[in-house]
Amino acid sequence: MDLTVGPNHFFWDAATVRVFYQGLAAAPVSRVVLGEVVCSKRLPFWQDEIATAVEVLLAAGKDVAITSLALVTLKRERKATAALAEIGLPIEVNDLTALHALPPGQPFWVGPLINVYNEGTLRWLAARGAVRVCLPPELPLDSIAVLARLGHDLGVAVEVWGHGRLPLALSGRCYHARLHDHAKDSCQFVCGLDPDGRDVETLDGQKFLTVNGVQTLSQSTASMAWQIEVLREAGVIALRISPQSVDFAEICDAYADRIAGKLTAAELAATLVPKVPGGRLSDGFVRGPAGAHWSGTATEGNRHGL
Amino acid sequence: MELVCPAGTPAALRAAVEAGAQTVYCGFADETNARNFPGLNFDRDEMAAGVAFAHGRGAKVLVAINTFPHAGAEAMWHRAIADAETLGADAVILADIGLLAHAATHHPDLRRHLSVQAAAANPDVINFYAETFGVKRVVLPRVLTVDEIAAINREIDVETEVFVFGGLCVMAEGRCSLSSYATGKSPNMNGVCSPASHVDYAEEPGGLTARLGGFTIHRTAKGQPAPYPTLCKGCFTSGNQTGHVFEDPVSLDATHLIPALARAGVTALKIEGRQRSRAYVAEVVRSFRAAIEAQAAGRPMPEAALAKLSEGQAATTGAYAKTWR
Repeated sequence: MDLTVGPNHFFWDAATVRVFYQGLAAAPVSRVVLGEVVCSKRLPFWQDEIATAVEVLLAAGKDVAITSLALVTLKRERKATAALAEIGLPIEVNDLTALHALPPGQPFWVGPLINVYNEGTLRWLAARGAVRVCLPPELPLDSIAVLARLGHDLGVAVEVWGHGRLPLALSGRCYHARLHDHAKDSCQFVCGLDPDGRDVETLDGQKFLTVNGVQTLSQSTASMAWQIEVLREAGVIALRISPQSVDFAEICDAYADRIAGKLTAAELAATLVPKVPGGRLSDGFVRGPAGAHWSGTATEGNRHGL
Repeated sequence: MELVCPAGTPAALRAAVEAGAQTVYCGFADETNARNFPGLNFDRDEMAAGVAFAHGRGAKVLVAINTFPHAGAEAMWHRAIADAETLGADAVILADIGLLAHAATHHPDLRRHLSVQAAAANPDVINFYAETFGVKRVVLPRVLTVDEIAAINREIDVETEVFVFGGLCVMAEGRCSLSSYATGKSPNMNGVCSPASHVDYAEEPGGLTARLGGFTIHRTAKGQPAPYPTLCKGCFTSGNQTGHVFEDPVSLDATHLIPALARAGVTALKIEGRQRSRAYVAEVVRSFRAAIEAQAAGRPMPEAALAKLSEGQAATTGAYAKTWR
């Protein structure tokens, strides 16, 4: 089992992006997916960093793929999506629009925002050229096990969401703009004010969701700290680590140590709690009554609810 | 334009057809459809009778099989497609790639519509579904403006169907796991959103509190109407702001956009509400049928009848107007 760093979901300025990917070169991760996945309006601000980051990461021996946008509606988004096929790197498809421009048989990766819930879908994608699939975070362990086994037979590497605020929803509406009383078309890029998204609590102060432009994430950071053994046994090949703004290299180190058996689940969780935004973890989609649930204990400073 | 009406029960199906629905849509009573609510939907005998009733009156029946099959349990979804064909359905409404591929291979003569749950939001991806799986109609996701719908129709050869009335998803459908984050039950996997089984009400000093999976969704003062605690319509706090962060507790009402949607090249107008009573369905269908006929004849919209439908309800035209975003 190894680590994949997913695309950054948040809006960071170019200098921050540069430092982030330079830092990843030395991190114990096997591959990196980068590019804009949430909002095409952000891309011009940091687009020039992509080529540099790709160069740095390839030189460091990482596999690199470029993500498609997750919800493609505008003409320029369609053009940009079609142009991905010509970059010469694998595409991580996060909207099926990207497949439209991809010649059949050209290998591609499938991101967690594509609905791969069952064998029929995985088989179809594999036949179309998928070589790596990060399953949707919503899937329970028994589904993961079925798909990881089938992936093994089909020659598709199956990975799961290992760490990061969960991408729960996408909308036509921008919630950041709405919270600032702006229209989406004149959003003034207010999502850039919140490098890990803007938190949304319930009326009783429960830490619930996080908005990031048109995206809604969980406020808890999902972590497979307690699930490494069962996922490995299920045949999962890789864990996806989703970028956050602070301590990211240390987080990658900690997961690598956990996979290598140098850290226990509790030790990893204890390492993570002070580092993740908001200090809350969850793993309920994989093994729990609901996504927000966490397998760890209250001593990790992570009690559910208030 | 064709009016596509909800039928959550055999009685609602008959009421919709009698009220003038050209087409009804319904589902089997299990997790294969996205309105898997207790007491709703059709067993196989009811579906056969419903199809016979509709066909006898010149109406069509679409069967929604629009959840995403569970790994290891695809047989239930495959059986639903086979049964829909055997029972005489005019089309199936599908979202999952694997199911679309299965239906195209094993039931090539059964017409396939792409569910809103597939969130196909541009001409490229719609053409991809049409070319790859022989999809004949696409139900558009509720993230598009009327102008964008018109632009899409200029670049595709398949029909489009859009929602005009009823419950409103704020998120791109089929790509939302907010409900399962709070409750473990999701539209994609279980055909439910914010399920009643996970709702609790409590009389508290601040008012009637509605919680979903333990998360407070809203609190209403005594005597105020308490909306159902649908997660994305809840009242939350962010920073120093408290309010409906995602959307107010409103429903969709695009009746006034019927002429614009017709000009945009839309084939069918869809009414949400398989969970609604047969009396509600009949009234909505009658009003919309009148509106569509007026539109086709170039007469003004029957304002009074349409206004009556949304009486006492907060309504929005949602993403159809650009300012909503």
